[in-house]
Amino acid sequence: MSLKGKAYIMGAWEHPTRDAPDKTTAQLHFESARGALADAGLTFDDVDGYFCAGDAPGFGGMSMVDYMGLRNVRHLDSTETGGSSYILHVGHAVQAIAAGKCQVALITLAGRPRQGQGGRPGGGARPGQLSDGAPEAGFENIYGGSTHNTYGMCAMRHMHDYGTTSEQLAWIKVAASHHAQWNEHAFLKDVVTVEDVVNSRMISDPLHLLDCCVVTDGGGALIVTSPEVARSLNRPKIKVIGSGEAPKGPSGGHGLDLTYSGAVWSGPRAFAEAGVTPADIKYASIYDSFTITVLMQIEDLGFCAKGQGGRFVADGNLISGVGKLPFNTDGGGLCNNHPTNRGGITKVIEAVRQLRGEAHPRVQVANCDLALAHGTGGSLGTRHGAATVILERE
Amino acid sequence: MSEAEAKPAGRVIPAPAVTVESQPFWDAAAEGRFLIKRCTACGKAHWYPRAFCPFCASDDTVWEESPGEGEIYTFSIMRRSPTGPYVIGYVTLDEGPAVLTNFVDCDPDSLRIGQRVKVRFQPTDGGPPAPVFCPA
Ligand SMILES: [Zn+2]
Repeated sequence: MSLKGKAYIMGAWEHPTRDAPDKTTAQLHFESARGALADAGLTFDDVDGYFCAGDAPGFGGMSMVDYMGLRNVRHLDSTETGGSSYILHVGHAVQAIAAGKCQVALITLAGRPRQGQGGRPGGGARPGQLSDGAPEAGFENIYGGSTHNTYGMCAMRHMHDYGTTSEQLAWIKVAASHHAQWNEHAFLKDVVTVEDVVNSRMISDPLHLLDCCVVTDGGGALIVTSPEVARSLNRPKIKVIGSGEAPKGPSGGHGLDLTYSGAVWSGPRAFAEAGVTPADIKYASIYDSFTITVLMQIEDLGFCAKGQGGRFVADGNLISGVGKLPFNTDGGGLCNNHPTNRGGITKVIEAVRQLRGEAHPRVQVANCDLALAHGTGGSLGTRHGAATVILERE
Repeated sequence: MSEAEAKPAGRVIPAPAVTVESQPFWDAAAEGRFLIKRCTACGKAHWYPRAFCPFCASDDTVWEESPGEGEIYTFSIMRRSPTGPYVIGYVTLDEGPAVLTNFVDCDPDSLRIGQRVKVRFQPTDGGPPAPVFCPA
């Protein structure tokens, strides 16, 4: 398929400043975005695709989306190729628009090299010197936030709003451990009980040691090909039939709700594209940095009603061969592997094993022809990116 | 006098990264004043403070002194810390926005979601004092 003529550049704006001692790099991104949108006759609410490179302060565009107040982004790209990034982004934007992933793509660049060390994006500042890093840093990074306690905040509020219990969360670890016992490479192979989890050391209330994922070295890779190449290869064909993405952040602090994740947007987008529903999914890889991560995402993806996740995961409902939604049959991040604290790729890998029929026989889902892999990265307690893919065995 | 207060040196808050955008906030903090940003175009207050309004993209924002009162939205007690347990959480200010912070001057195990809290400033390691919250 040719992409010729599939998208148009409709707004362009060059920031007039050449020396910006009184503004942040983030602010220059914002002002440039506003200028280009005004040039096009569009607003921030029209933007549904955001593209930036390494000059954008923060974490892969998530800081900028939240900072600028972009509320409707469903496509994110922070590919970094130095000074050529933004030309490459135009090409990527055309691909995304042609694929129906977004309609209005915003590409921004900004920086303040004339301001010395403090003008370096992401660069810290020496005491007494002004910083120019992620715009939220000064107001958030000083409070000792970690993955444990920011996810702990989510769990605490989920328990408050919905009556979720530590025992219910523990069932998620129990299910993962039942799967990990069959994985010879799993970091933790011992089957654990609900009592083991709730009696393990409290790390950050209400999350116990066994509510947390493992810390492991390692890696993984995936190959995605065209249909023509796929047909030429002697392997089961796993078709990507749906995908969705969404960032979520505190967005100015109004209506903060830590009981749901960006999966409430990425999930429906993926399901709509695939033309299937949660009830059709035979196997799910669900990001499991902590037990609460799984519980929130199961609700947000629509496997059960909001607030019912605790009841849904209890009594082994996530255990392959036992429950209704077999999940993370490799043992997941909770027991098997969480290479370099990024569990997204192993989620896709185990979904592919299931669809190929190559999971361990003790955890292989019968007739597994439709699977979902979903992840959130960053922190559910502050800002994160959610991504969902739906895969089908052809 | 609460238990936490009676304890010797706890967690030291690192120096906040001050930017040209946030400098007025930290200058006021040094004087013990808690500022938030409000947009005069749409009327909404936001957090963390920006040079523009994240709700309507207007530049017409003003610093406003806040009494720094609100209620606990959520929190977590971090037990795995070499300097002893500390509490991170969000306060929903009476003006609307939610603020990430530490809860201090309290017995962490006594904290409740919905509890009223008030700002105070705590010294940082070589930077301006940082806003933290304690039971009202
Ligand atoms: Zn406004």
